[in-house]
Order: sequence, then C-alpha cells, then structure tokens
Amino acid sequence: MKGDLRAETIWLDGHGGDRIEAYLAEPLDQRPTGAMVVIHHMPGYDEGTKEITRKFAAEGYLALCPNLYTREAPGASADDAAATARAQGGVPDERLVGDVGGCVKFLRDLPHSNGKVGVIGYCSGGRQSFLAACKLSLQAAIDCYGAFVVGQPPEGFPLKVRPLSDLADQLACPLLGLFGAEDQHPSSAEVQELDDLLSGHGKSHEFRSYQGAGHAFFAVDRPSYRPEAAKDGWSRIWQFLAVNLAA
Amino acid sequence: MCTYRTERVIVEGSGKGPDGWFELKSATVYFDHPVSAPMEHSLNIDFINPGMGPSARVAVELGRDSALALARAINLLVGEAPVS
Repeated sequence: MKGDLRAETIWLDGHGGDRIEAYLAEPLDQRPTGAMVVIHHMPGYDEGTKEITRKFAAEGYLALCPNLYTREAPGASADDAAATARAQGGVPDERLVGDVGGCVKFLRDLPHSNGKVGVIGYCSGGRQSFLAACKLSLQAAIDCYGAFVVGQPPEGFPLKVRPLSDLADQLACPLLGLFGAEDQHPSSAEVQELDDLLSGHGKSHEFRSYQGAGHAFFAVDRPSYRPEAAKDGWSRIWQFLAVNLAA
Repeated sequence: MCTYRTERVIVEGSGKGPDGWFELKSATVYFDHPVSAPMEHSLNIDFINPGMGPSARVAVELGRDSALALARAINLLVGEAPVS
C-alpha cells in the first residue's frame, strides 16, 4: 500500500571511508524505484528532517538522510551536535560531497533501487544540494532556499561557506529551486542571478519563488511555515521526481 | 533567511548543564534560526567546553529585544563593577 514504509538508523561509508550515521526510509512496496538523499539544514539531523525523509518513502521513494555532524558529535542530540559543528566552522564542502556520494552508492546498491538518485536540501542543505549536483552523477537536484549558491558571504565570515557560481557549468542534472520571495538569504536578486547563470550555461532548471513566504516556509514547526507555498512546493517536487527518477 | 553569521568568544567562567557545573571555554554567538524558541530568528548563545563533549553546553535563544536588553544590563553592571 502506498504510504507503508520502514525507517531505521543505519551506518555507511562517507567521505574518506569514515563511517557515518544516516536515517533510511524505504517504502514496503518491493517494486524498483528512485531514491533521494535528504540533506539536513544547519540545525542538524533533527526530527523535522527525519519526518521529511519518511515523507519521501511514503511517496514511494527510497530516502536517506546522512548525519553530517556524525564526526563532530557522535551520539549527541541534534541541537548539541549542530552547536558543536557550528563552533568548529561547519561542514567542509569536500566532506559534504564525499558523504553524499557515499549515500548515493548505498542507495544504488539497495535491491529495490532503479539506479536513479536525486538530492534535496533545505536552508544550508539547499546550497549543499546544488554542490552535490555539480560534483556527483545524479538524476535530479532540489534546492530549497539555499543561501550563498551565488552572492558573497560577509568579510570575516567564520563558517566554511563560499559561493558556488564557478561550479554552475558543472551542474549535471535538472535542478528544481524553491524560494521565498521575502527571503534575504537568498534574496530575490540572488535567485534571479542564479537563474540567469544556469540559463547562460544551458542547464535545465525550474525555479519558483513564493510571494508572502520567506526562508524555511516548508518547516511545519516554525513560524516561517507558509502552508500554501509548502503545499505547492511539495506538488512541484513530486512532479519533478516523477519525471526525473522514473525507471 | 539563514544568516550563518557567527561570532566566537573565548570565555572564562562556569556554566550549569544537565550534569552540573562545568568550566566554560568559549561562547558561540549567532543570530539565526532557533531550535526551540517560537520565533523565526533569535540571538543564540552556546556556552561550551569542547573538551568535555557536545553535551557540555549551556544554550539560550533570545528574541532581538531580549538580547539587546540583556546586553545593556551586562554592560551596565560590568561597567559599574570594581576591577578585580
């Protein structure tokens, strides 16, 4: 039955062969299907992100969310781990790519995988989703309001974040971008800049900015939640994946 | 917005966590999404001791006005206090 799923914590080989924790959700339906890597936001590998991971499985996709802070804070609560990672400067881009690459391999090796894998990320994960899509062989990527894909972080910025404009020509799969028109990071001007950049490189992409919505409009447990934008956004995600992750 | 903006401060002092008092080594200060406070953004401070592990942390999430009021109070009291 659609919606039936199993979810559990697993361990896999991430960047450099490091063992990292991840949350796997699988539909009980045994038919071959596409898979999604879910990249958590800066507040970490939390309940909200695990709920999103289960949502993909309920919709019929294999879904895997790596704990990007496994190394800094193994076994810690999500908020303590996020605080530790932030204090240490955040997740290096190279490590992120290696960890997502490990997830992609894990998903493709599952018996019910159809071999097609996409990636989605929220907030800081939106930027990391774009990064992964430029560095790995994927079939779909979704960027939900990721800041600093374009645009320069302030001088003296302590976290390991840099713009990714120079990678745009390496984007290797279709990209769906979902943004809040009231957001400041990324701003509407930055979303337009990325749109133009990808068009200039002839990259397949579809962007949608929602009026009346700001950052994190998908987050149901935050005041930023905007039901109309989130509902339409999820609808666009399902349409996008049906096209790009189909067998 | 996701500001990412973060300041780190070396501190001396003690904090009380779930396992009792511990020595503080640094404070991470950032204006970003809270984990618990019912607001879109908050001024967050993590008082930590990295050598004692991730749970050696005293965390606060304050609304903008609260954070400014707290900063004023700290400046007032520390400014009036004798230097020892």
